Amino acid sequence: MAKNKNPDAPVNKQGYWAYTWHMMKVNKGCYGLMAPFMLLFILCTAIPVIMSLPMSFTNFNMIQTPKWVGLSNFSTLFLNDSVFLIAVRNTLIFAIFTGPFAYVLSFLVAWLINEMNPFLKTLFTFVFYAPSMTTSVYVTWQLILSGDQYGYLNAILIDLGFISTPVQWLTDTTYILGVCIIVQLWMSMGAGFLAIRAGFQNIDKSMYEAGAIEGIKNRWQELFKITIPSMGPQLLFAAVNQIASSFTVGTVGQMLVGLPSTDYSAHTIMNHATDYGSVRYEMGYASAICFVLFVAMLLANKGVNWLLGKYVD
Amino acid sequence: MARKKKKKSIEQLKVRDKHKKVNGSVGGDVCIFIFLVLLGLFMIFPIYYSVVQSLKPIEELFVFPPKLYVLNPTTKNFSDLFKVAAEYTVPLSRYIFNSVFTTIVICVCNVFVTCMAAFVLSKCKFPGYKVLNQIIVIALLFQSQATWIMQFLVYSTIHIIDTYWVLILPYIATAMNLYLMRQSMSTIPDSMIEAAKVDGAGLFRICWQIVVPNSKPAIMTIIIFAFQQAWNLNGGSVIYSEEYKTLPTIVQQISLSGLARQGVTFASAVLLLIPPLVVFLIAQGNVMETMASSGMKD
Repeated sequence: MAKNKNPDAPVNKQGYWAYTWHMMKVNKGCYGLMAPFMLLFILCTAIPVIMSLPMSFTNFNMIQTPKWVGLSNFSTLFLNDSVFLIAVRNTLIFAIFTGPFAYVLSFLVAWLINEMNPFLKTLFTFVFYAPSMTTSVYVTWQLILSGDQYGYLNAILIDLGFISTPVQWLTDTTYILGVCIIVQLWMSMGAGFLAIRAGFQNIDKSMYEAGAIEGIKNRWQELFKITIPSMGPQLLFAAVNQIASSFTVGTVGQMLVGLPSTDYSAHTIMNHATDYGSVRYEMGYASAICFVLFVAMLLANKGVNWLLGKYVD
Repeated sequence: MARKKKKKSIEQLKVRDKHKKVNGSVGGDVCIFIFLVLLGLFMIFPIYYSVVQSLKPIEELFVFPPKLYVLNPTTKNFSDLFKVAAEYTVPLSRYIFNSVFTTIVICVCNVFVTCMAAFVLSKCKFPGYKVLNQIIVIALLFQSQATWIMQFLVYSTIHIIDTYWVLILPYIATAMNLYLMRQSMSTIPDSMIEAAKVDGAGLFRICWQIVVPNSKPAIMTIIIFAFQQAWNLNGGSVIYSEEYKTLPTIVQQISLSGLARQGVTFASAVLLLIPPLVVFLIAQGNVMETMASSGMKD
């Protein structure tokens, strides 16, 4: 039957699936070219993300076979695990500072840089992007913030007379979170910053001239009426990047203040997952933590899409 | 005619004048510049300082108050680094080799695999291309640290833990690079591809002889991103054997020895720090060009 059909006939004459199958056969080269990427992508990104849901219903320690425990991981997580609640609180604080705050900061910096001459533009782009390329510079921060007599910050503060005894920046629970936020903020102007910075170059210059004729009075008005609306797509890309990085903060803090930090005061969801996943090998529980994190990231993404949606097309 | 032209140019001048007025009060410019310089100093200081520290001889390292510059620069810290590492089970050169090797393999494979997939996703209409494009956009969220714990399970299932594979495989197919590449390739005119098709070129040839040579900036960009990721790659808990560990692990190990090895610690940090910065600086024009087309449309 199928052989007699004319494969090039319009879709309404041969049924949707037959047509799709035919098109797949015609385009089999496409799938071939895509295969290497897709295989690795499925193996290293898709399976881990999707598997985190079924795994989170089990009790798995990497040695015995996974045991189905229903929703108990989640109920423990939200009802009995006080450290997790601290981690959620810390992650939210981190996310606010390294997410929206860093995002607005990168936008502001990119905007201010944009009006400079090419050399300064390149220089400043480099200066602001450089920290996000370097994960090894935490040693300098350790030196600056060190609690003993070699700590520079303490020395300066004592010299100026603000404090009389050294502050334990990296172990005192009142400061740990603040210190980690500053270091994280310092590193958080990554690819999103570059995207915003490039977005400014895309804007049609004639828009500004038109705006000037229409009676725009100052830079701020120009920013809100012309600049932001015309770079929606870049803003969205930068936002997605920022969400991905700000919800998963933890590694830098881990290197700076240790895992776990004093009284869990800089403990994030990521740290909690690392703690259960690669220290205690309670994989089921770690999956539950990761799954909660994924859901939070997806929700944040939806929120950003809703906020910036009006500027995109 | 000439008079009309003149009038027009005067009008244009006026408009430009007005625009300038809108944008530039001198006081504002000065404030902005000072703000940027201060913020920039905060950003660059730790990096600058670690370079300075790594060049200081031991007499200068512990001077108080600390000097922000170096009087007698020395490379002793770097040669000491090799000596310190010699006390470990494998020499420093092995760590460097591991880092360089994995970085090169990741960059090459990343470009190869990403180019083909991006070409197909941006230029071919086949069943499923819409869904796949959507998946890539969502996957931008999940390319981060968060998947790491779950990846561990997958790797242990396919038995690649504690081999080079576990350092290389996860970083070849990255959603971010595919996304950037796809956005950049979709600006290439369709007519070029049509022409090649008419001349009888297959998909593979179109990809490598027409599309790829026309997206050099994007390729440079994804090399840079892949390079940054690969160079800072820390085996963490998927690598146990000392001979597969990379440079970042040695930085961590040395920095744990504290103040006594300060010079060496900074030397190792700088070793890790310089290559990405240099590579970015060389290719930053390409990066900006690619990022300009990175916008999200849906």
